[in-house]
Amino acid sequence: MIGGLFIYNHKGEVLISRVYRDDIGRNAVDAFRVNVIHARQQVRSPVTNIARTSFFHVKRSNIWLAAVTKQNVNAAMVFEFLYKMCDVMTAYFGKISEENIKNNFVLIYELLDEILDFGYPQNSETGALKTFITQQGIKGQHQTKEEQSQITSQVTGQIGWRREGIKYRRNELFLDVLESVNLLMSPQGQVLSAHVSGRVVMKSYLSGMPECKFGMNDKIVIDKQGKGGTTDDAGKSGKQSIAIDDCTFHQCVRLSKFDSERSISFIPPDGEYELMRYRTTKDIILPFRVIPLVREVGRTKLEVKVVIKSNFKPSLLAQKIEVRIPTPLNTSGVQVICMKGKAKYKASENAIVWKIKRMAGMKESQISAEIELLPTNDKKKWARPPISMNFEVPFAPSGLKVRYLKVFESKLNYSDHDVIKWVRYIGRSGIYETRC
Amino acid sequence: MTDSKYFTTTKKGEIFELKAELNSDKKEKKKEAVKKVIASMTVGKDVSALFPDVVNCMQTDNLELKKLVYLYLMNYAKSQPDMAIMAVNTFVKDCEDPNPLIRALAVRTMGCIRVDKITEYLCEPLRKCLKDEDPYVRKTAAVCVAKLHDINAQLVEDQGFLDTLKDLISDSNPMVVANAVAALSEIAESHPNSNLLDLNPQTINKLLTALNECTEWGQIFILDCLANYTPRDDRESQSICERVTPRLSHANSAVVLSAVKVLMKFMEMLPKDLDYYGTLLKKLAPPLVTLLSAEPELQYVALRNINLIVQKRPEILKHEMKVFFVKYNDPIYVKLEKLDIMIRLASQANIAQVLAELKEYATEVDVDFVRKAVRAIGRCAIKVEQSAERCVSTLLDLIQTKVNYVVQEAIVVIKDIFRKYPNKYESVIATLCENLDSLDEPEARAAMIWIVGEYAERIDNADELLESFLEGFHDESTQVQLQLLTAIVKLFLKKPTETQELVQQVLSLATQDSDNPDLRDRGYIYWRLLSTDPVAAKEVVLAEKPLISEETDLIEPTLLDELICHIGTLASVYHKPPSAFVEGSRGVQHKRLPARAGSGESAESPEVGQSGTSEAPPAVIPSQGDLLGDLLNLDLAPATTTVPSVQPSMQMGAMDLLGGGLDSLLGGDIGGSPSMGAALGAPAAMPAALSNAPAVGGGLGDLFDLGGGVGMPTGFYVAPKTLFLPAMKAKGLEISGTFARRGGIIQMDLSLTNKAMSVMTDFAIQFNRNSFGLAPAGPLQVLTPLTPNQTIDVSLPLGTTGPVMKMEPLNNLQVAVKNNIDVFYFSCQYPLSLLFVEDGKMERQVFLATWKDIPNDNEAQFQIKDVHLNSDAASNKLQGSNIFTIAKRTVDAQDMLYQSIKLTNGIWVLAEMRVQTGNPNYTVNRNKESCQ
Repeated sequence: MIGGLFIYNHKGEVLISRVYRDDIGRNAVDAFRVNVIHARQQVRSPVTNIARTSFFHVKRSNIWLAAVTKQNVNAAMVFEFLYKMCDVMTAYFGKISEENIKNNFVLIYELLDEILDFGYPQNSETGALKTFITQQGIKGQHQTKEEQSQITSQVTGQIGWRREGIKYRRNELFLDVLESVNLLMSPQGQVLSAHVSGRVVMKSYLSGMPECKFGMNDKIVIDKQGKGGTTDDAGKSGKQSIAIDDCTFHQCVRLSKFDSERSISFIPPDGEYELMRYRTTKDIILPFRVIPLVREVGRTKLEVKVVIKSNFKPSLLAQKIEVRIPTPLNTSGVQVICMKGKAKYKASENAIVWKIKRMAGMKESQISAEIELLPTNDKKKWARPPISMNFEVPFAPSGLKVRYLKVFESKLNYSDHDVIKWVRYIGRSGIYETRC
Repeated sequence: MTDSKYFTTTKKGEIFELKAELNSDKKEKKKEAVKKVIASMTVGKDVSALFPDVVNCMQTDNLELKKLVYLYLMNYAKSQPDMAIMAVNTFVKDCEDPNPLIRALAVRTMGCIRVDKITEYLCEPLRKCLKDEDPYVRKTAAVCVAKLHDINAQLVEDQGFLDTLKDLISDSNPMVVANAVAALSEIAESHPNSNLLDLNPQTINKLLTALNECTEWGQIFILDCLANYTPRDDRESQSICERVTPRLSHANSAVVLSAVKVLMKFMEMLPKDLDYYGTLLKKLAPPLVTLLSAEPELQYVALRNINLIVQKRPEILKHEMKVFFVKYNDPIYVKLEKLDIMIRLASQANIAQVLAELKEYATEVDVDFVRKAVRAIGRCAIKVEQSAERCVSTLLDLIQTKVNYVVQEAIVVIKDIFRKYPNKYESVIATLCENLDSLDEPEARAAMIWIVGEYAERIDNADELLESFLEGFHDESTQVQLQLLTAIVKLFLKKPTETQELVQQVLSLATQDSDNPDLRDRGYIYWRLLSTDPVAAKEVVLAEKPLISEETDLIEPTLLDELICHIGTLASVYHKPPSAFVEGSRGVQHKRLPARAGSGESAESPEVGQSGTSEAPPAVIPSQGDLLGDLLNLDLAPATTTVPSVQPSMQMGAMDLLGGGLDSLLGGDIGGSPSMGAALGAPAAMPAALSNAPAVGGGLGDLFDLGGGVGMPTGFYVAPKTLFLPAMKAKGLEISGTFARRGGIIQMDLSLTNKAMSVMTDFAIQFNRNSFGLAPAGPLQVLTPLTPNQTIDVSLPLGTTGPVMKMEPLNNLQVAVKNNIDVFYFSCQYPLSLLFVEDGKMERQVFLATWKDIPNDNEAQFQIKDVHLNSDAASNKLQGSNIFTIAKRTVDAQDMLYQSIKLTNGIWVLAEMRVQTGNPNYTVNRNKESCQ
């Protein structure tokens, strides 16, 4: 199991060091600094073995988190734990920065004592942790006996992510379907790979211990229902259903029930959390198409023309559109002309960045540029990195639709109808690239 | 509040100031001071001088302060054990606190303080906490048992904590169950045979129930534990799989990977014609692909594991090629791994896409990645015949770019393509020759030279080309030198008239001016071949080479199976068994995949031709280097280098010639108990020798085990064969064996098993110098090639006239075995009784005289316990092993036996054995006479 956990700043100074196992010595702290943080070369692996000691690291802005072990630990678990550690810290004091860590070092030690025991991760749900570890020092001195046992039963309980006795005057929930659409296209316009990775994020402000059921236009569910219902119904909804390649759920979802009935039922944590993640690869609506044209004119000039076409309902508006056209390292000057938006050559990034604030569906826009090159004797050809794109659209490129989210709370006197529900769809670009 | 101020370094008198503050009356000031101490501790300053002052702050009802003090204690208690005792009372008191959080905190911290005196006090509170009414305390106590076990294993056993821990598996709270499982798994690892985690269908059922309810981490502990279980039959296996599959949808990647591990392992037991088997295969692909949308570090772990899964069961991901396409912004470690998997998945169906991608990658920036991409193109050509032509033309395009490392890499792979498809693509040789000058890496130079030598008749200026290399012969690496030597000899055999001078030059360079024995030997062999029989030389040097097989870099099957059992762990990331990077005994036992139920089919053969197509298992070829016309590589490297010891070596004192041996000699189960030599349960004088020497070293000891028959002076005792060389360490060759003395001749009985997928030939054996000059008296007689899964038994006669060198332990023997694949080294220990010669019976008078002459410091005495033989039977029995009784004397109901032994090297050993009737213990006085 994890033998020790260290946090360093960008200079390699230790900010937090907690050792859990006797086989990890103080020199491990230095070994990581010397061999990884101060290493001359780029880091070639997130797992490093130095003198039979294994170091796992992740980086958040310029802070290094490293877990150390001498045993054959579950590597996936160690990384999951490090991410979780970051989440917990963020939930307590915001951004992970050197200053915030120094300001909260006592709290971090407390958390590390609680969520990692002898190197075994323990309950690390922020909701539960916040009931007894706070920034203002630990609660607990003035708790009643009931409160104490409530805390422990929640920390160890089956529903570790929610506490009892939550009350809201207004029962409300927000569902965000957030998708990132990824594309790799050949210069000829052939889709090399495309997939959508989506997340359903829920913010729930519900009283008591509500039982929720979530439904979407999952093809398997719709087809199953279609058999029972009228053919007309099935035909209608079948058009809109989507094939989900795979999905994963927050630990509140009953997985065995999903496995057997494909229904998503759960008792939600209070506040914001990620209900599910999913991935689709079929019938993706690609919001934009990029058509590049690169011509080399002699050895010192390049002509680039890029056309973008929006491919969705004309009534919808895409926002924050940005097209990034890479330029060779030996570029000396660039002249750009674009029909819409603003375009600039950014020498430090070796790219032309073209920004458009808004663009409606079924439209087309174009940029053309002349790139002057310095003559070089570098034998190696320019690698021609792909043209990448960023955007945000108000629909789900996978075609996913929320059909229902039912709330049942038998003990309290509110019903499904009393809950105010909000649903929002946002599609963003993931890695959206066209080779040129 | 800002705590960062504590990190600011203060001036010299810091410690004194802190001391004063810690003893302040004001609570706030105290707390501030402790915080400063912890901050100093973090940055590595030594604040142990403040120990008593900090411990004084422990008596507080402020929980935050208490936790800080505990943190300090955990760090420094070990360095100040006496003062740490001061804290014990507070701990014990806290364990009784009404607040469960404080009880748990106390027991958790106490377990982290590695001071003996504190652990003594820990037992009682821990016992209470294990049965606490609050689950939070119980789950903390469960982990504490593992902590205590790490400090003092004996104490945990004596106090019966293990049983309490086992009971917790049936606890009503899932988190308690999960922590108990984690603690037990860890403890069980350090006791491989204890059967501590007594996994039976009932406990498995409990675990599976808890699996649905506990935290994500708990699920990982339970799944990792389940993976160690071997179901009784395929039905149980299926039902466990059914209950584990829902975990594949968990958001936590580690839960998913651990579930994959359980499924991959238990799938081995399912009959392939079962519908469920197919369903399960289909269910595995999507979650594996989903892992690739996780954060890059996890992607890396996932990809390393997918690499294993693809080798074990290629059918799972065969349609998922696209997800392994490299993204421009992937970190380099993800890119390299993806590339590896792409090549493994390449097939006729997707080769066009793959090739287009690889070509794209070959123009990227990162040198390692580009090289790997180029090499991948070559591997595709070898793997998918239909694509070979396209691959070759792509490689030629890449050579035209003139980018130095791309060209070199391309030449190395083209050489392999020539080997795979002879007489097909030789037209490109001209293009290759153009780039001769730019090659500066040994591998590329060697490849190019091989090509020139192999196709010398088609290259007009082959002699000039090779001559140009010859100029700097001594600066080249061995690899290039060997290639150059062979290439020039080839050239000479093809064009003898023009190249006589050249060949003489290279032969003299190789034989006279070189220090490298490989090179010299090869040079001499060529020289002699050429001068005695040029026709034979032609047959040997220009012999037709076997085709190379399609897959390279495959993990050897037994290792692969073991790694599959370690999915998700570090072992699967390093692609090495845990024993290769974990110190001590932990996790060193090898895990195996279960055998398929019902059919007798072996577990390791991967899915063969289920769909009827040619999915024949690819043969493993070792490394490219060896194939480079390395036809005279007969030099069994003299094992002067460190030979990896395979056996858990039994430490026989070298100075104490017969120490352990004779002791266990009579230690066997003479009472005729059925277990043969397995349980030499005598806890006597030399426990190391007894407990640890099943056969190899203790062979002498097992002399009495000969069927338990007492009065028959049968021949020499032969220990059962033990594993000398596991297949994992020898590219599939497994060797087990034993030693015997038959009719005065020493023999080494070996069983060679081929566990690889290709045929093995050309066996040879050699010993390193050893204590008694043991050496093979004949060649290793393996006449027919060893086909996969075949075992051959060989008896190798040994002589004792080889070179002598003292070994440690004395009876250690280092052996090198060679076959067509490689040379392997192992070491084993032979029983000393092997060396007892038949004429070891000394004359009575001589015995008497010698006995008196031996100086006292040559004498040793020890006891052999639990032997139920009378003196005559013992004497008879020993005679079978050439230990001769010279005289017998009875004094005070004790039989005294006087015995002599002669070793092959002329050393005499004289012994007096005292046997007390009715007392199962023997006393042996042993005198040794040194060389005559």
